[in-house]
Amino acid sequence: MTAVAAGILTRRGAVGHRVPLTRVTQVELRKMFDTRSGFWLIASIAISALLATGGVILWAADDQLTYSTFATAIRFPVVIILPLIAILAVTSEWSQRTGLTTFTLIPHRSRIISAKAISSVIIAVAATALTFAVGALGNLLSAAVTGTALVWDVTVTQCLYYTLGMVLSLLIGFMLGVLIRSSTGAIVAYFVITFVLPTIFGLLAESQKWFHDLQPWVDIQFAQSGLFVFDQALTGEQWAHIAVTGVTSLLLPLAIGLAFVMRAEVK
Amino acid sequence: MITVEAVTMKYGSFAAVDDVTFTARPGRVTGFLGPNGAGKSTTMRIMVGLTRATAGSVTISGRHYVDLPNPGLQVGVLLDASAQHAGRTGREILTIAQQYMGLPRSRVAEMLEVVSLTSSEASRRVGNYSLGMRQRLGIATALIGDPEVLILDEPANGLDPAGIRWMRDLLRGYADRGGTVLLSSHLLHEIEVIADDIVMIGNGRIVSQGTKTELLHAAGTVVRAADLETLQRALVELGIATSLSEDGALSTDVEPTLVGKVALEAGVALTELRSADAGLEDMFLELTATSQREGAAS
Repeated sequence: MTAVAAGILTRRGAVGHRVPLTRVTQVELRKMFDTRSGFWLIASIAISALLATGGVILWAADDQLTYSTFATAIRFPVVIILPLIAILAVTSEWSQRTGLTTFTLIPHRSRIISAKAISSVIIAVAATALTFAVGALGNLLSAAVTGTALVWDVTVTQCLYYTLGMVLSLLIGFMLGVLIRSSTGAIVAYFVITFVLPTIFGLLAESQKWFHDLQPWVDIQFAQSGLFVFDQALTGEQWAHIAVTGVTSLLLPLAIGLAFVMRAEVK
Repeated sequence: MITVEAVTMKYGSFAAVDDVTFTARPGRVTGFLGPNGAGKSTTMRIMVGLTRATAGSVTISGRHYVDLPNPGLQVGVLLDASAQHAGRTGREILTIAQQYMGLPRSRVAEMLEVVSLTSSEASRRVGNYSLGMRQRLGIATALIGDPEVLILDEPANGLDPAGIRWMRDLLRGYADRGGTVLLSSHLLHEIEVIADDIVMIGNGRIVSQGTKTELLHAAGTVVRAADLETLQRALVELGIATSLSEDGALSTDVEPTLVGKVALEAGVALTELRSADAGLEDMFLELTATSQREGAAS
């Protein structure tokens, strides 16, 4: 052993203090950005927000150039990317096998999963704030370019609904990541849930009267769609739909996934 | 100190680890030796809580691993050097470990120096690393918290001869200053040159354990002399059983010291006197032969 190594490796073996959750969360947040793929995935939120804004300015009719149009247009790409970020934050520990180190340094897996949940929600809230900011810039720019009146047709309450909708969408991805623990599997499941299932549910609701009444209670996306509509407040029944689908389609599978994560062997 | 007590891990009716008990002591390098699939890695995963044992327990310095408040400061672990995100740089992987443990930032550069990874190598993504470089990075991650216990699974894999020598010196120095080192290998020679204590495992069970000296000397002595007949007669007179091998050497079950004394008294000049180190190797080969993988070949 070199003299350098002997000086540095004193094998102090300090007992240390329990690693605080804030620190674990900071590291988990860092891990979402520090790979090329992770960085570009998050950057794509900003990029797609700018593209969507440009699209609205170029192609929307003058009387539609309002703030809500921008916010709605930007939502489409962002709401698809956010769950992917949450999925990969969880599944990479298994798919890339980094869990071998992560769960050794922080042996309580629930703390790592909690830190990942918190950092994912932070990303969702930040992405929503970015959406609002880019939308506002687009609104100002379009009014200046086209000479139409500036219309701010979104209330603070509606902004909060919108943020909640974004966070819930991300949590669906998070749940799939925890439940499936494989990047490919979880992403495929996410696209099936987001794009295939609504079509099937829609067709079923059209042809079957009983399902038409049942849909808001079982279809989580249908139940949450009200959060992104800017022209009306949510009714008590709509909140009930969100709560019920949230429990059955989000919390329940998440709990099952967590039970497996806590027990499963990390190889 | 690592204390493994009656650890059993069953997958259905198959026991990957079957009633394994041993201790890795401070100040010593303990070699965990066994053919592929013998249960070494599973046992090591159980030690650090990645796998739950069906029965038995492991304590590290008297505590269960999951009860360590900041385990990286007490136990350095390297289970698989390839288990890293290919898109992260070496420096970033060390930084993540440094931040989890709450260590000063300077520690990252220090560790890079210890494992001889240059600054430009550390800035490359791990996907472009050779296995040897990954092993060095893995060892740096294990050492960064300045732990007193090291658990390393096949750390010499992929290292070149100079790298193996470097790692041997590093671990030797670590143990000499009071650290506990447990390392696994499927190569007898590797374990033989570095370990003080050896735990040999096959098909999930411990087949042999003890200090290297004990295990190596268990097989007795090999001796050659100009006048072998006189020596053999002298040994037999003392009631020491001997056997003559085809290549003209005499083997006995007793220690070389005793054989040397007998030769001196008998006035026989020796040409060779050594421990028969074949014992461990024979045992290891036998073990390897009975495991399904190499069974057909041998």
